[in-house]
Amino acid sequence: MERSQLEKLALLARLNVDDSVFEEVSQGISQVLGLVEQLQAVDTTGVEPMAHPLDALQRLRPDEVTEGNCRDAYQAIAPQTENGLYLVPKVIE
Amino acid sequence: MHKLSLAELAKGLRDKSYSSVELTEHYLDRIKRLDGNYNSFITVTEERALEQARAADQALAAGNTSPLCGVPIAHKDIFCTAGVKTTCGSRMLDNFVPPYDATVVENLGRAGCVTLGKTNMDEFAMGSSNETSYFGLVKNPWDTNCVPGGSSGGSAAAVAAQLAPVATATDTGGSIRQPAALCGLTGLKPTYGRISRWGMIAFASSLDQAGTLARSAEDTALMLGAMASFDPKDSTSVDKDVPDYTAALPDKIAGLKIGIPKEYFGEGLNAGTEQRVKEAIAELEKLGATLVDISLPHTHLAVPTYYVIAPAECSANLSRFDGVRYGHRCDDPQDLLDMYCRSRGEGFGNEVKRRILVGTYALSAGYYDAYYRKAQQIRRLIKQDFMEAFKQVDVIAGPTAPSVAFPFGAKKDPVAMYMEDIYTIATNLAGLPGLSLPCGLVDDKPVGLQLIGGYFEEARLLNVAHQFQLATDHHRHTPANID
Repeated sequence: MERSQLEKLALLARLNVDDSVFEEVSQGISQVLGLVEQLQAVDTTGVEPMAHPLDALQRLRPDEVTEGNCRDAYQAIAPQTENGLYLVPKVIE
Repeated sequence: MHKLSLAELAKGLRDKSYSSVELTEHYLDRIKRLDGNYNSFITVTEERALEQARAADQALAAGNTSPLCGVPIAHKDIFCTAGVKTTCGSRMLDNFVPPYDATVVENLGRAGCVTLGKTNMDEFAMGSSNETSYFGLVKNPWDTNCVPGGSSGGSAAAVAAQLAPVATATDTGGSIRQPAALCGLTGLKPTYGRISRWGMIAFASSLDQAGTLARSAEDTALMLGAMASFDPKDSTSVDKDVPDYTAALPDKIAGLKIGIPKEYFGEGLNAGTEQRVKEAIAELEKLGATLVDISLPHTHLAVPTYYVIAPAECSANLSRFDGVRYGHRCDDPQDLLDMYCRSRGEGFGNEVKRRILVGTYALSAGYYDAYYRKAQQIRRLIKQDFMEAFKQVDVIAGPTAPSVAFPFGAKKDPVAMYMEDIYTIATNLAGLPGLSLPCGLVDDKPVGLQLIGGYFEEARLLNVAHQFQLATDHHRHTPANID
């Protein structure tokens, strides 16, 4: 895998890959892609893709409040909050 | 006390041979004295455990008859525990204290279990050797120069070293069964959907399933009965009655048809391992089972199929770790993008990065059909192999792992490591239950026999394993240096 291609993937995944491990990660990815390449040789014409082992469908539930407001408990473990809001670096100038 | 099985411990508690507090103190003392040799725990919850033990003693005195009331257990650090740090083996969650309990934790707590602590694991359950944990590698109690297997390596080492009578674990591609094999334990991965995934940190959601690492099939049956439940909070939880898994244990297995897949005995299987597994199968035949040669022709495609599906689902699942609401956030982010990229870059180790990137690639525009869709189609072919086989046989038997425990650093190449799960991965892809049980030693290290059953046939697997364990003593072997 070329460096520019991996850099693009890393950006799509919002994931910094340090120069110190770039080679190792890149080589590993090439090996894995080499491994999965053999799938291409299999004839899968007419085979329905399988997303769930029991082919179950998403179960729906009634639109009812079950948990109530847990904001304080959830925000107690947040990196940065203010007045009940999660803080992130400035998005709009 | 640590030599006793879960069933024996439960009986001792009810007979008042010892209290839950005494039992819990005994295990906490062993962890304190011995876990420096193995690194099997990330967090030990001493105070909380003693508190739970006191409550269990009161419940027992008041006539509580739950078979697990007062028994100490350990949880893999992938299960959220309210108020107790839950790391998933990652720097990303080194500071994460969940505000709620996983359903598994809740169910076992309700049954009266005492939690000794949280066990070490491969980072985000990605690995087969427990070498990818941010909290250091775990050593195999049978040989501390060797890996315990993974990803549930801490749970396996803790139970093998008798630092806990039983531990919870999870299995996405073999993460219960392979460490069970390498540490001489009985490990069960139930049918997909049998145990709730709520509060179990997600790796690959269509494959992940919780289970246990224990020292016998009987102990496993007790645990499964308490862990399994229908859970409206997990949309893939199956609404099906939970039977008494101990009820069928005594049944004889005469007439049982056991399929022997030829693909599980080919190239790559260590000769010593093969011999032990074949001896175990011969023992099952002696117990009255009939052996049937079968074929699972798509077996060789299981590992490559998994390494499209699992990374694709992992890349989606792990996108939630963004440094905004919980988990690791980098210092001094320049802007939002910088915060995402650096928090994730610092929080995840190399194996997790690799899988996120492979998954991102497989799902990216122009590649989806060639990779993800293709893998999902082959996944169906793999499932159909099993469905064909189960028309002829009741249970499938073969090796769990290709060889015994290997030394640290022996499998640097990721693909070589992935081949550790060559016999376990297809079961996850199909969603079937699988069980590994000890069947002897090679070079003084344990070998695992794998049993695979039809959907929701856990009771049958446990029955076969129990009958084997009544007739043999492989499961009673413990590492030489355990006192």
